[in-house]
Amino acid sequence: MLGVVRQKMLGQSLPKIRPVVSVLRSYSSAAKQMTVRDALNSALDEEMSADPKVFLMGEEVGEYQGAYKISKGLLDKYGPERVRDTPITEAGFAGIGVGAAYYGLKPVVEFMTFNFSMQAIDHIINSAAKSNYMSAGQMSVPIVFRGPNGAAAGVGAQHSQCYAAWYASCPGLKVLTPYSSEDARGLLKAAIRDPDPVVFLENELLYGESFPVSDEVLDSSFCLPIGKAKIERVGRDVTITAFSKMVGHALKAAEILEKDGIDAEVINLRSIRPLDRSTINASVRKTNRLITVEEGFPQHGVGAEICASVVEESFAYLDAPVERIAGADIPMPYAANLERMAVPQVEDIVRAAKRACYRSVPLAAAA
Amino acid sequence: MALSQLASSSPSRSVNLLKPLLSAISLHRPISTDTTPITVETSVPFTAHQCEAPSRTVQTNAQELLNFFRDMAVMRRMEIAADSLYKAKLIRGFCHLYDGQEAVAVGMEAALTKKDCIITSYRDHCTFVGRDGTLLEVFAELMGRQAGCSKGKGGSMHFYKKDSNFYGGHGIVGAQVPLGCGLAFAQKYCKDEAVTFALYGDGAANQGQLFEALNISALWNLPAILVCENNHYGMGTAEWRAAKSPAYYKRGDYAPGLKVDGMDALAVKQACAFAKEHALKNGPIILEMDTYRYHGHSMSDPGSTYRTRDEITGVRQERDPIERIRKLILLHDLATEKELKDIEKEVRKEVDDAIAQAKENPVPEPSKLFSDVYAKGLGVESFGADRKEVRATLA
Repeated sequence: MLGVVRQKMLGQSLPKIRPVVSVLRSYSSAAKQMTVRDALNSALDEEMSADPKVFLMGEEVGEYQGAYKISKGLLDKYGPERVRDTPITEAGFAGIGVGAAYYGLKPVVEFMTFNFSMQAIDHIINSAAKSNYMSAGQMSVPIVFRGPNGAAAGVGAQHSQCYAAWYASCPGLKVLTPYSSEDARGLLKAAIRDPDPVVFLENELLYGESFPVSDEVLDSSFCLPIGKAKIERVGRDVTITAFSKMVGHALKAAEILEKDGIDAEVINLRSIRPLDRSTINASVRKTNRLITVEEGFPQHGVGAEICASVVEESFAYLDAPVERIAGADIPMPYAANLERMAVPQVEDIVRAAKRACYRSVPLAAAA
Repeated sequence: MALSQLASSSPSRSVNLLKPLLSAISLHRPISTDTTPITVETSVPFTAHQCEAPSRTVQTNAQELLNFFRDMAVMRRMEIAADSLYKAKLIRGFCHLYDGQEAVAVGMEAALTKKDCIITSYRDHCTFVGRDGTLLEVFAELMGRQAGCSKGKGGSMHFYKKDSNFYGGHGIVGAQVPLGCGLAFAQKYCKDEAVTFALYGDGAANQGQLFEALNISALWNLPAILVCENNHYGMGTAEWRAAKSPAYYKRGDYAPGLKVDGMDALAVKQACAFAKEHALKNGPIILEMDTYRYHGHSMSDPGSTYRTRDEITGVRQERDPIERIRKLILLHDLATEKELKDIEKEVRKEVDDAIAQAKENPVPEPSKLFSDVYAKGLGVESFGADRKEVRATLA
């Protein structure tokens, strides 16, 4: 139902699902645009085409074409054996997916949102993440758990949580957080090819966003390395780390900061586990100031880990305390004005960066 | 030698319903390789739900019966030895013993091939041995040594043998059932013409994920056999206190089920063969094995606070799976009492030797702390308790 709402909201026509590579080559100077939705769809399509062991499983992935249309066209192309609609039983179908991975298949298990993954979290952690270790290498689990993560718009407390910190704390998992279409394509392909369990955290609000994609990105062999962050914007004065939707916010904040003479370096983490500590630390050693940005709850969050890492590795290089911008420490409210206050906004990032640069006294929060 | 022994235990002296089909002439051949068919009836008939029960007449032979005897003797001796090792603090943590339930492991293997998959709970030592796991692998794993089947990294609850299609060994009650249905899914996807047996206990039988997995298996017609090893106690809770309906073979509702005497290895074999044939054509089926564990739930449970000692000794006297096979072997003159005792002595020595070998085996290298976190480590860093002291790069 949500997927249908989404379609109505997107007034413009979506680009074709299959990348039109040959047309591109003759227009190599014009940047092709691709939505994150199409990026994910094309990545799934190509990996299913390349490896018959890859199959997709989840609620509404088949006949409904995907709750958010990520799997559009795949049932028609690959048939019901490889695109499986499941009942609304996350614990059951996640366990079945892990069992299939034990046998050697490569399941892509979709959670309609990661909030529902909590019903299956025992299988993600105890059946998938830990198996290779407990079996001393006998039972590898080449599975991908994917779906939208974090806040959408007005969906309330039970449908808005970010699970990056939870999953990334668990050894044995790999946790990826694409931002752009390039990220979506490259990281999903890498995740499907990877022999370990990967938690692939997408973002519903990014599905409809378009990004430029090069020929290289559109090639079916394109793949991004797992565990490497991307410096989206090079800067000198302050490092801003972010992932998923917050990368967009950080880039906007950087534009605003530039007008005030602050040159921000924006790091798109891409991978929460493994965390690219060396890129983060190298950046902080250059800029001497760090803002971490995330959408999820602040306590024990991704920013806390990044801060600890920088304090451990690059303490002498810090000219200001590390600043954390995160979701508010409350369940997500529904009212639009409250919701806006519960999620980081661009101005929050700007303010924190200025604090880190000028050491201005922070304003007390409104009671 | 066989003939002279036969003279001392003439079959004509005992009058009973089940007579050997062939006369003394067949005993010229060495007893362990005689495959002349013998027909035996199961202790009780099967009770069926939504299907027609298989016949209670089972085909077997001397070789199979003697293998049953030996294999169960190994399992029994192994579990009892594990009890002693645990009390000697050579085994730590959890240790869930299977003695009493051997007929299920052994009867199942007789109906399956190694192409079929088995997955079970934490009470996995004997199931692992049934899948060709060695005694050394068992004892070394229990004692946390390198020669263990999981190289000492897993422990009692995490035995695996992928090359025999044994997928563990799971600590979370009930989790193995959806996993097993996933194995069945993969077998069907790969067109392997094989089945998966997912074993669980009467405690796990009430888990929601079991019904979720069964629903999907039935919808997708997966070759999954759900085997409830009903030993009547989920830890300290008797089945009637945990299940509104303890007729576990009926709990599949739309899925057919069979209730089986789990102390009768031949009944188990018959039921598993029936279930395999069913599942390959018609999707999931439930087998309820009526069995019993002599030990408590684990080594920290005496097993006598929630059941009487009389009950335990009663089962041991009336229904012990090894004694059943022993009586069958003697009845059909397939071996003498002394020969069977010799087998048991041999088995005891085998177990003792494996324990001695395991005791000598070293603990894992400290570097193994960081091995196998991932199948593909990507050169990522990992940390010990003090990350300034202990760091490793995951290969």
